[in-house]
Order: sequence, then structure tokens, then C-alpha cells
Amino acid sequence: MTEITTEKARIGAPSAQPFINGFTEEGESLSPINANASKAPLAGEAVKRHSHGGGVGIPDSSRAGRLTSYNLADFKPLTGLEEDWRFTPLKRLRGLHSEVLAGAAPTVTVSGPDQVTVETVARGDKRIGSAGIPEDRVSANAWENFSEATVLTIPAEFEADTEVTVVIEGTSTEAAAQHLVIVAEKFSKAVVILNHQGSAVVSENIEIVVEDGANLTVVSLQEWNDDAVHASSQQAKIGRDAKFKHVVVSLGGDLVRVTPSTRFTAPGGEAEMFGLYFADAGQHLEQRLFVDHAVANCTSNVLYKGALQGRNAHAVWVGDVLIRKEAEGTDSYEANRNLLLTDGARADSVPNLEIETGLIKGAGHASATGRLDDEHLFYLMARGIPEDVARRLVVRGFLHEIIQQIKVPALEERLTEAVERELAVTNN
Amino acid sequence: MSTLEIKDLHVSIDTEQGTKEILKGVSLTIKTGQTHAIMGPNGSGKSTLASTIAGHPRYKVTSGTITLDGEDVLAMTVDQRARAGLFLAMQYPVEVPGVSMTNFLRTAKTAIDGEAPKLRTWTKDVKAAMAQLRIDADFAERNVNEGFSGGEKKRVEILQLELFKPKFAILDETDSGLDVDALKVVSEGVNRAHEAGNMGTLLITHYTRILRYIKPDFVHVFVDGQVVEEGGPELADRLEDEGYDRYATGAGAATIAAAAQA
Repeated sequence: MTEITTEKARIGAPSAQPFINGFTEEGESLSPINANASKAPLAGEAVKRHSHGGGVGIPDSSRAGRLTSYNLADFKPLTGLEEDWRFTPLKRLRGLHSEVLAGAAPTVTVSGPDQVTVETVARGDKRIGSAGIPEDRVSANAWENFSEATVLTIPAEFEADTEVTVVIEGTSTEAAAQHLVIVAEKFSKAVVILNHQGSAVVSENIEIVVEDGANLTVVSLQEWNDDAVHASSQQAKIGRDAKFKHVVVSLGGDLVRVTPSTRFTAPGGEAEMFGLYFADAGQHLEQRLFVDHAVANCTSNVLYKGALQGRNAHAVWVGDVLIRKEAEGTDSYEANRNLLLTDGARADSVPNLEIETGLIKGAGHASATGRLDDEHLFYLMARGIPEDVARRLVVRGFLHEIIQQIKVPALEERLTEAVERELAVTNN
Repeated sequence: MSTLEIKDLHVSIDTEQGTKEILKGVSLTIKTGQTHAIMGPNGSGKSTLASTIAGHPRYKVTSGTITLDGEDVLAMTVDQRARAGLFLAMQYPVEVPGVSMTNFLRTAKTAIDGEAPKLRTWTKDVKAAMAQLRIDADFAERNVNEGFSGGEKKRVEILQLELFKPKFAILDETDSGLDVDALKVVSEGVNRAHEAGNMGTLLITHYTRILRYIKPDFVHVFVDGQVVEEGGPELADRLEDEGYDRYATGAGAATIAAAAQA
């Protein structure tokens, strides 16, 4: 699937009034005459076709306007000034954006119920490209260079009573490309844990198809060694009345950049996207997510929480939620919270919300970054609790809100321990 | 039998206008079994005394001493003071998100006693203490003080007082903001802790109302960072009738204004 796709959907760019005919101040557009097509490339035809050279006099301000293509050549070389790369230290990408990704891909080992099928397929497999399309150069580079993909299928109506664990083990730091497809067929139910470990320099595309009525949880753990560099585009396509829960946990690695997206393609879908990260000295942990409400009556809830400690610990969170004109009855909320445990750490947090219809149930966004509160510590210490224990209590409590969303007891326990280890690093 | 001794205590805080002296030489001795009431108008330094004993970092001791059975309290960290047997029931208890009451109480009890409480008796003790203070059982599952009303927060402070069994309890305006029913419940809790034996109490209050329920042995009147008058319980009665006006002479204008408002 290397066909060049260069269409761009441009909806709701603030300075481009003509695009939404009949758009009132309330954001309502009730006349069917105005119901023009406006879908993401994967959700159907693009509203407009033109070259991808950067817009024709229209600022590229809508999330829907971002260039998507399977072809690396369509993406210009990165300068670091691009909106979606401005926080990323390109020098530390170790060539993921500029080199041919010829290294050996991390090995993939799957364990879980027998009914779940695991296939290794060639590039031409029809399931490749079914849920994802690169949205940036690093993702396109992986798409251009991967040699084979792992396809995981949870068969229709099968309800897995144990989780599916996918161990993705890096063994080399030569820049590599990886591709995974996860298909949850109709009315199936499963939890898939992607466990990234070892040492690697890898750009990864993960496509997730959640078919009608399916209930899928994907937990992506980044427990890499200190030298790993990892870019991961995880794109999910959500069917009718399907439920999707996505949890990103980034703890290890030198640079980890996860870009999850959820696209609703039929009404009644529900998505929950959670994230937990703990950035230590020198670590760059970035997450940029996108929720595309392209159809009516879907709900999404996003919560990412991070703790940072040590010099030049850097976390980036950018949350884009787009509620398109067709997405009436949408209920959406996104929030990010950061806790700075020491001086010298930095958290960038940008919640973006675009709403193109007023006929929604709710839409909200929030972001807060703060220090460990001295008054909290004083209160706990005034009850005899030593300072280090008090600090751990507060941080553990802060992050536990995400861990308890996973609902896999063994994994929750493991992550609680992982957080404890992080806290022990600088004896916080 | 323990003794908490405060000698010629001077305390300052840093403000935008520079260093400001709040306590200007306070001396006070409390022994186990005694209840001392400290009364005074707003801004007289009562709460500063309470926070200084507990070790709040905002307050700088410039001279004087605080000792507990001869041990230098000022040399101890905040948590060491609590483990030594000092308890401050705070005027404004803070909310600590993400930390459940159950976990907090057990962690604190373990720190204070130096060993984890026996799970079965501990759970029973907590439940019983909560019931006596009319605290809903579901509070145990909630985060520390999160979403509690002012009155609920004060009850939870007294709950801790009863569970942690300190040598000395400092109650910083525990009565403020409570309605009469809550005031009774809270006072009963303090009296129970007192009757249980080895506790001395320093009761800081603006109003005489709580003294109807908790009987002080000694009353100290605080004005402008100093004790201006001391006496027995009869002094509290006199304050109820006369207010703080008669201490206004010689004190700063701010004190007079504050006293007049009271």
C-alpha cells in the first residue's frame, strides 16, 4: 500500500469562512443544503483535493488540515520549526526522520488465548492501511521502510478472558521500522498489552481496527532501556457502538514520542485515552494525541498525567480534539496534569479543542502543571510521616488515577512497582 | 507526665515589606492533664504560636526555646515533632488529592508508633472513632479532606487526635466555622482524648463559646504577640462579658480595630 494519497481535508480553519456554509455564531448549521461532505481521508472522501504543499492561502490551523500520506517524499525534511515537531529535539531522533530505516526491527512475541490469531504478513497485505495513514515524516519513513508486519486478529464475538501480551524487544540501535495491525472483529472483547523493552531506535506504525460492537483495550508500555529512541504512531478506527480504551505508559527510553489517534467512523463509539509518564533527568517523553469526532453521538474522554524529576526532564503533551460539523451529540473531555518534582524539569502542555457544531452534549479541555505542594507535605509531615514517604504518597496518589483505569490487576501491580522504582531514583 | 515548655519565644515571618515580628517573647508551660486556652483578637499571633510549635517553615524563630520534656523541639523536623508527641489540629486543613483517608491514617499511625497497627483492631478503632464523631463511613475511602465541608474537616482533625494519641494537642481555632451541633461533637472528641489520660491541650480560640464545652484550667490572653493577662477559667467568663477592648490601650491601632470587630 504505497499509493500516494495527498488529499487534505480543511474544515473549520478559523480564517476560512466559506468552508462552513451556514455556520452561525452558535456553531449550528441545520439546513441540509449545507451538509457538504467533510471527512478525514480515512473516513471517506476528502472535502477538497489539492496539492500538499502547504495550503493555498489558508493557514493550516485546523487539525483536519494536516497532511497525510503513505509516501515519505510527500513530507518535507524536518527543520524542527514545524508545529508538530517544535518540542522534539531532532538531533536525538538518531536518524528516524532522515535515514533509511534499514535496521532489524525489534522482535515481536505474542502470547494470549489460542483463538487470537497472529500472522506475519508482507507489505501488500490488504489489512495494511486499513486504519492508519502517516501524519508526519517519521511515521511515513517507517511506512516506506518496513519489510513485514505483524497482524493480530481477535475473532468476531470472541471474548478473551486473559490479556494478549505483545513483547516488542529491541536488540539493536540501528534505525529501524516496525509495523503492527490489531483487528478486533465484530463484538469481540480483548485487552492487548504492547510491551516495548530493550534497546532500539525505531519508528513504529500501529493500526488498530475496532469493528462494530467490539470492546478493545490497548495498553502501550514503553519500558525501554535508557538509550532507546522510539516514535510510535498508533491510529485507531472505531466502528459503530464500539468501545476503545487506549493507555500509554512511558517510563523508559531517551526519547519517546507517541502519537495516538482515534477516529470515529460510525455513531455510538466510545473512546477513553489515558496516559501516564514519568520523565527522569535528560529524558524526553512526548505524546500528541488526536480524537476525530467525524460522526454523531460518540463520546471521548482523555486524561494524561505525568511526573517529572531531574535536570532537563522534558514532557510534552498535545491533545487535539476535533468535533466536526456532522458530530452532533458528541460528548468529549480532555485533560493533562503534570507534577514537577524537582527544579530543572519542563512540561509543555497544549490542549486544543476545535468545535464545528453547537449541537453537542459537552466538550471540555483542561491542563495544569504544578509543583508538589508544600502545604500538602506539611500536612502529612505534621502527622509524623517522614518527608520522603510523604512525597511518595502524593505522587503515587497522583499517578494511581491512571493506573487504576487499566483494570488488569497484574499489570496495575507491575506499574505501581515501576512508579515506586522511578520515585526511588532520586529518593523523592 | 510530660511538659511542653515555651520560653521567651520570638517569631518572625518574611513579608513583601520585609521581616515582620509576630511573637514578641511568649512564655508558657503546659503539663499533661492540663488544658490551656489561648485567647485574643485577630492578628494577635495565636495561630503563629500553633504553627511554630508544629514547625511550619514559614515561621522563623529568632530567639527563645521550645522543649518537650527537656528535648529541643526547634531542632526537630516537622515529622519528628509529630512522632515526639505533638499534634496540631489545623485551622485550615488542606486537601491532599490522590491519598485516601484510610491509607493516610494508617501511614501516619505507623510512623508515630514506629510499627504498623494490627489491622483488625485498627480498622475497628477507626470505625468506632468515626462513628463517635458522626463522620460518614464512606469518608475513609475518600481522599484526605477532598471535598469535605469546613465542619467535616475539623471533625477529621479531631478523629486523628483521638487515633494518634499525642502527648500534647494544639487546637488552632478548631471551633471557628462550626455550628453548635458540630461544636459539641468536636468538643466531646477532645474531652474523650483528654480523659483517656496522658494528654495536655493548648486550645487556641477567638471566641469563648467552645469553653462552655471544653473547660480550661488556665486562660492566657494574647495581644500583639505577647501574653498580656493570665488567669483561671474565670478570666474566660470576664472576656465573654467585656471582649478584648480593655487590652486595646497600649496596643497598635490594628489590634484595636480587630478587637472592635470581634
